[in-house]
Amino acid sequence: MPKILVLFAHPRLEKSKINRQLLTVIPSSSDITFQDLYELYPDFNIDVEAEKKLLSEHDIIIFMHPFYWYSCPPLLKQWIDMVLEFGWAYGPGGTALKGKWGFDVISTGGTEEVYQHGARNRFTIPEFLAPFDQTVHLCGMEYLPPFTIQGTHRLSTEEIDEKKLSLGKLFQGLLESKWSIDELKNVELLQQIVG
Amino acid sequence: MSESFLYQAVVYLAAALVCVPFAKKLGMGSVLGYLFAGILIGPFVLGFIGEEGEDIMHAAEFGVVMMLFLVGLELEPSAFWKMKNRILGVGMSQVLVTATVITGIGIAIGLTWQSALAVSLALAMSSTAIVIQTLKEKGLMNAESGKSSFAVLLFQDIAVIPILALLPLLAVTSPDASHGNHGGGLADLPAWLQTIAVLGAVGVIILAGNYLVSPFLRIIAKTHIRELFTAAALLLVVGIAALMQTVGLSPALGTFLAGVVLANSEFKHELESDIDPFKGLLLGLFFIAVGASINFELIGKETLTIVGLTLGVLITKTVILASIGMFSKLKTDQNLIFMIGLSQVGEFAFVLFSFMNQTQILEPHLIELMMAVTAISMATTPIFFLILEKLILPRFGTKEKDDKTADEIDQQHKIIIAGFSHFGSTIGRFLRANGIEATILDNDSDRVDLLRKMGFKVYYGDATRVDLLHSAGADQATLLISAIDDPEITLHLVEVMNKHFPNVELMIRTPHRFYGYELMEHGVKNIYRDSLDTSIRLGVDVLKKIGFRSYTATRAGQNFLNYDETAFKQLFEFRKDQKNYIVRVREQIEEQEKLLQNDLQVNPTTGDHAWDSDHMRNVVNSKV
Repeated sequence: MPKILVLFAHPRLEKSKINRQLLTVIPSSSDITFQDLYELYPDFNIDVEAEKKLLSEHDIIIFMHPFYWYSCPPLLKQWIDMVLEFGWAYGPGGTALKGKWGFDVISTGGTEEVYQHGARNRFTIPEFLAPFDQTVHLCGMEYLPPFTIQGTHRLSTEEIDEKKLSLGKLFQGLLESKWSIDELKNVELLQQIVG
Repeated sequence: MSESFLYQAVVYLAAALVCVPFAKKLGMGSVLGYLFAGILIGPFVLGFIGEEGEDIMHAAEFGVVMMLFLVGLELEPSAFWKMKNRILGVGMSQVLVTATVITGIGIAIGLTWQSALAVSLALAMSSTAIVIQTLKEKGLMNAESGKSSFAVLLFQDIAVIPILALLPLLAVTSPDASHGNHGGGLADLPAWLQTIAVLGAVGVIILAGNYLVSPFLRIIAKTHIRELFTAAALLLVVGIAALMQTVGLSPALGTFLAGVVLANSEFKHELESDIDPFKGLLLGLFFIAVGASINFELIGKETLTIVGLTLGVLITKTVILASIGMFSKLKTDQNLIFMIGLSQVGEFAFVLFSFMNQTQILEPHLIELMMAVTAISMATTPIFFLILEKLILPRFGTKEKDDKTADEIDQQHKIIIAGFSHFGSTIGRFLRANGIEATILDNDSDRVDLLRKMGFKVYYGDATRVDLLHSAGADQATLLISAIDDPEITLHLVEVMNKHFPNVELMIRTPHRFYGYELMEHGVKNIYRDSLDTSIRLGVDVLKKIGFRSYTATRAGQNFLNYDETAFKQLFEFRKDQKNYIVRVREQIEEQEKLLQNDLQVNPTTGDHAWDSDHMRNVVNSKV
C-alpha cells in the first residue's frame, strides 16, 4: 500500500472555512502522514533533516494549501527551498525522490470561470501550477493534475459537502492503488477521476 | 539654637558637596570624601564645628541606625538561612579569634582581663557602613569577597546584642551614676538586672514588630497620604532608637532587629524607599562626624602610642581575616578585598566604648585613645582600598595577558561584553557558537578563572574604569555590550563610554523600562529590557497551550514586541514633556495603567486582515 504525505500550509487555519472542513475527510490511517507546516514551524525554521526523512518514507507527496496570489503560502515555498536539497532531491546524485508522485490540493476564492484564457485571471490553474509541476519533475517524480476547490467565497453547504466527499474518495482510491499513473495523468483535474 | 542649627547644616552640606564629588573624581569612594569633609570642617583644620563634636556624633549615629534598619529589612529569614554556614563559619570565627587574640595582647600589656576582653570585643567589630558602601560602589556585593564580608558584618551586628548584655558583668567598680551617664537609665541597676533588661528590650521589639507594627502601618496606608507613611516609617525607627537609648542599649541594634522582624511584612519595600534617602544623608553625616571627631590634639600628644595602637589593631585584624579567608578557600585577590575591607574598627566600637564609659569598665583616657584608634582605622580603609584597587588587583587580572603580549592585536576584538553573569554569558556563548570571540570584562575573579579555563579572553576588574576599558581595546571596538546586573553601574559605564569612547556603539541591557528611560536620556539607542522577550515568549506559549494556532500566537508575540518597543519610545517622549520624575512609585503605577489602556485600544496582536477569508468573503458577498 502506498504511503501518503500531506504537506499542509495555511497561515490562519482558524479563520478558514474550506480547508478546515477538507481536513476532516483525510482518512486517519497509518499510511497517511499529515504535516501541519505552520503549526510545526511558526518561526519558519524548518527541520530539514526530519522533513527529508519523512519524504523518503512516503510515496505520494501532496501539497495542500490555499492558492494565494497564484501560488502557495510562503512557508511552503520555504519548505521547498530548504528541504529539496541539491544532491539529494535533484542534481548529481539527487535521486532520493525518484519515482514518487506529487500533486497539489488547492482552494481558490475565484471560480473556475475566472481562471480561463480571456477571463480575469487570464491563465488556467494547471498553467499557474507550472512551477510546482517543474519542481516535482526536476526531482524525478511524477506530477499529477491538481485537486481544486474553487469559488470558495460563495460555495453552498451542499457544494462543500460534495467536494469533501470527492476528496475523501481520492485519498481512499490512492491508498488502494485504484488508478494507474497513466489514468491519473489523463484527467485535467483529479476530482474528475473520482467521479 | 535654631540659628546654630542652620549654620551647622550649611557647613555640613557645603563640605559634603565640595568634598564628595572631588573624591569621586579622584577615583576614591564617597566614604573617603565624607571623612575628608569632616576633618576639614573639624576643630583642627577650619574649626567650623567641634565644640559640639559629641552631639554631632549622636545625631550622626542615626545614619548608622537607619542603615542597620535597612540591612535588617533586606534580610528575609530565608536569605538569612541560606547564608547560615558563612555567617557562622566565617563570621563567628572572625569575632571569636580576633577577640581572643586581642584579649591575650591586652592582658600581656597589663590590662585586667575584664578590660582586655571588653576592648577586644569592641575592636573585633568592623564598620558595616564603610564596608557595605564601598562594596556596593565597586559592585562587589555578589563576588565571593562581598558575600564573605557581608556574612562577617552580619554576625558582628548580631553579636553586639549579647556583647552589650555581657558588658555590665565585666564592670569591676560599682557603677557611679554621676559619671559619664548619657541618659542610659540602666546604669543605676545591678549588673544582673541590666542583663535582663537588655534581653527584655530585645523581646519587646520582636513581639511588637510581629504584632503591632504591621496593623499600625496598615491603618496609615489606608489614609493614602504618602508623607504620613514616611512620617510613620521615621517614627518607627526613631521610636525604637529612643526606646533602646532609655534602656541604655544601642539604637542601631534595636532597629536592625526591627528590620529583620519586618522583612517579611507587606510594607517592606515602602519602608525601604521611605527610609533610604534619610539613611544616605545621615550616613554621610556620620562619616563627616567621624572625620571631625578625630582628636588631633590627642594624636599630637601621643602620636607614637596612637599610631602604634592603630597599626597593631589593623595588622592583627588583617592577619586574622587573611587566615580565615584562606581557610574558607577565597582566591588571593578576593581574600585581599575581604581582609582589607574588614580591617578597620567599626562604628559599633564607638557605641561599645561609650557604653564602657558609662559602666566604667575602662578608664576614660584609654577610652579616648581607643576612640581615636577607631576613627583613624576607619579613615585608613578607603585609602587602602584605593591602593589595592589601583596598584595590586590589576596585577591579578592581567597576569595572563602579560604572558601573551605577542598576540595583543589579536585581543583587540571588535566586541566587548561587560558583565558575564547569566545574561552576559548567554550572549558570549551565542556569539562564540557563531565563531565570534568577544572580549569580556568581569569583576568576579572566580568566574574570570573559569572563563579563562574555557578559553575566553577575559579582563578582570571594574568595567567602568577607563584604563581597563583601554587595555580591553575599547578605543578600537565597534560594539560594547553591557550585561551588568546593577543598573546604576550600567549607567555609570554608559557615561564613561560616552565621554571617553564616543565612537563605540552601545548595546545595553537594563532590568526594566524605568532604567531604560535613563539610558535613553544618555542617548543610548539599543536598549534591551531584561524581561520583555522572555515574558512575551512565555505569553506566546500560553496562547498555544489554550488552543491558538502556533503561527498566529508567534505573530501576536512579534507584533506585541514591536508595539511595546514603540510605546516605550513614545512614553519616553511623553515623560520628557511631563518633567514629572518625583513620585516614582506612583508614576510606575500610572504608567502601567496607561500601557494597559493602550493595549486594549490598539490591540496590537490582531491588527491585520492577513489571510482572513471571512473579511474577504464579507466584502465579496456584500457587493453581489
